[in-house]
Amino acid sequence: MTISDQTLERMRELASRYPQPRSALLPMLHLVQSVDGEVTTDGINACAEVLGISPAEVTGVSTFYTMYKRKPVGEHHIGVCVNTLCGLLGGDAVYDALSERLGVGHNEPTADGKFSLERIECQAACTHAPVMTVDWEFIDDVTPAAAVDVVDRLERGEQVLSTRGPAIRTFQATEHTLAFPDDGLAGEGTSVDDKMLAGLRYAKEHNMSAPAHGQEA
Amino acid sequence: MTLTPVITEHWDAPDLYTIEGYRRFGGYRALESALKQDPDAIITTIKDSGLRGRGGAGFPTGLKWSFVPQNDGKQHYLVVNADESEPGACKDIPIMMANPHALVEGVIISSFAIRANHAFIYIRGEVPNALRKVANAVAEARRAGYLGTNVLGSGFDIDIVVHAGAGAYICGEETALLDSLEGFRGQPRLKPPFPAVAGLYASPTVINNVETICNIPYIIDRGLDWFRQFGTEKSPGFKVWAVSGHVNNPGIFEAPLGITMRQLLEYAGGVRGGGNVKFWLPGGSSVPLLTAEHLDLPLTYEEMAAAGTMLGTGTPMIFDDTVSVVKAVTRWLEFYKHESCGKCTPCREGTYWITGMLETFEHGHGRESDLELLVSACNQIAGRSFCALGDAAATPYPAALKYFRDEFVAATHTPVDDTFDPVASYIHAGAAAR
Repeated sequence: MTISDQTLERMRELASRYPQPRSALLPMLHLVQSVDGEVTTDGINACAEVLGISPAEVTGVSTFYTMYKRKPVGEHHIGVCVNTLCGLLGGDAVYDALSERLGVGHNEPTADGKFSLERIECQAACTHAPVMTVDWEFIDDVTPAAAVDVVDRLERGEQVLSTRGPAIRTFQATEHTLAFPDDGLAGEGTSVDDKMLAGLRYAKEHNMSAPAHGQEA
Repeated sequence: MTLTPVITEHWDAPDLYTIEGYRRFGGYRALESALKQDPDAIITTIKDSGLRGRGGAGFPTGLKWSFVPQNDGKQHYLVVNADESEPGACKDIPIMMANPHALVEGVIISSFAIRANHAFIYIRGEVPNALRKVANAVAEARRAGYLGTNVLGSGFDIDIVVHAGAGAYICGEETALLDSLEGFRGQPRLKPPFPAVAGLYASPTVINNVETICNIPYIIDRGLDWFRQFGTEKSPGFKVWAVSGHVNNPGIFEAPLGITMRQLLEYAGGVRGGGNVKFWLPGGSSVPLLTAEHLDLPLTYEEMAAAGTMLGTGTPMIFDDTVSVVKAVTRWLEFYKHESCGKCTPCREGTYWITGMLETFEHGHGRESDLELLVSACNQIAGRSFCALGDAAATPYPAALKYFRDEFVAATHTPVDDTFDPVASYIHAGAAAR
């Protein structure tokens, strides 16, 4: 797909947000992925044109960051954390189950283009281990069976809720959020769950609190 | 020591993430009071509070602010490091999802103090739900007149840009973050000059962690004496602890610095199945691991340093007897190898060779002589790499060898998965079954 005039306009809008336009390059590359599903040559050329830098410079940046894909990913991009804590607490089994279910390995899309799978690094959700992501939205505390069930439901076109966030959309929709984060979905779904409230609930049940202003401990 | 929810106090209010919800609990009161003060007075307050950076290094926040040259006629910048990617660290993302306005209010006050008119919140790209929550809070704050020109009639102008990263652990290193924010590959810069003098766009820049900035409104609102009653002389204040791993009730627990791991474990429901702590890390994979004998040490910057480790991000990971330390360390090194930015040779090559050697142990055919060679390789990275993230890669192995040498020796002849059934370490019983 080629980059439309409208996308170019959105790129210029991003560039105008920063004291120096080049700062917008990372969001612009996310925007390219939201339109093309990957970082395409057209997208690289468009970024270069808007910022007045060479396509080689844009390419050099895009290949540094793992979220930028130079080959197609699925409509839904699935990540499984296999770093030490998630992996050893069950993430390894979750990855294996998904790999078998989808018939693909690391950074590969399914033949029908519906899904792709990635072994991801720490997702900053270790309290919720093992963690998987669909289009980078959290699916926390999963088992292999629960992970496969998420895929089954998405395949049937059913709605799947992130455990901490809105309903799953698509990889490209999330990429648009990364370019323009105020996406109107802040009020969707649950973002504060039992694990995030574990300490607060314990404190309330046991009458623990921080001393108020002007009160000695 | 009891739990003391401050930043987390109202997380059970469903609308806390909105400006109405935040204001109902006194939100933006600190901003109104701060804007009536002299910016230098705010810097002095934060200095006197003793607040130390919550991103891992524990550098005194007020001191960092005071390094910014004032009245130099230059544009100043505040950059919030919200690139939480350290294995084990999982407290900034929850803070941003639950209480984003505390961050926004903190950013405005901090910017006012260091005389910055532009602030950036650099959030890792893999967590869109934190991005949208913060972006929504910024938009609400702008509509309420807390952002923009002449904030609340003070004459102060400030705007915040919420910026998404794109998947690079190295961008948590502050100068790499700046390069990334300028639209380049995220690779660290030579220091000096330090960012306070020549940071973003070569202008004076303060880079602070999310949790650090979230402390600011509470200190301004409730005062120094209130803040310093938490914690110790050298580690004052409270901390958002994120306890993960083989515990019955993992999650977020806010308590003063100086609490012990044993107490946090109790709040987190103890080790699952009544088991034992085999090893634990106070704050991320970049701090040396500890064992059960260290559970009663106060979790402060100074006590952790005395024990040969660091407080780091204050996000303890707990591993029980089912876990192979060889496997755990190998997996962490695979992470550092993957995330090495490639700029300097010790880290780029060192993580490659160390990981390869560790994998021979994981598979049960490590050579015993390699145990010392690995120590030597780690020593070739620590202190010789370009940035602290290289040093971090040299951290996990030596501590693991110190406490669990026998396990590495056993891995010279037996694959670790034969000694430690991987299924036993899964948190969900029967998780392997489909």
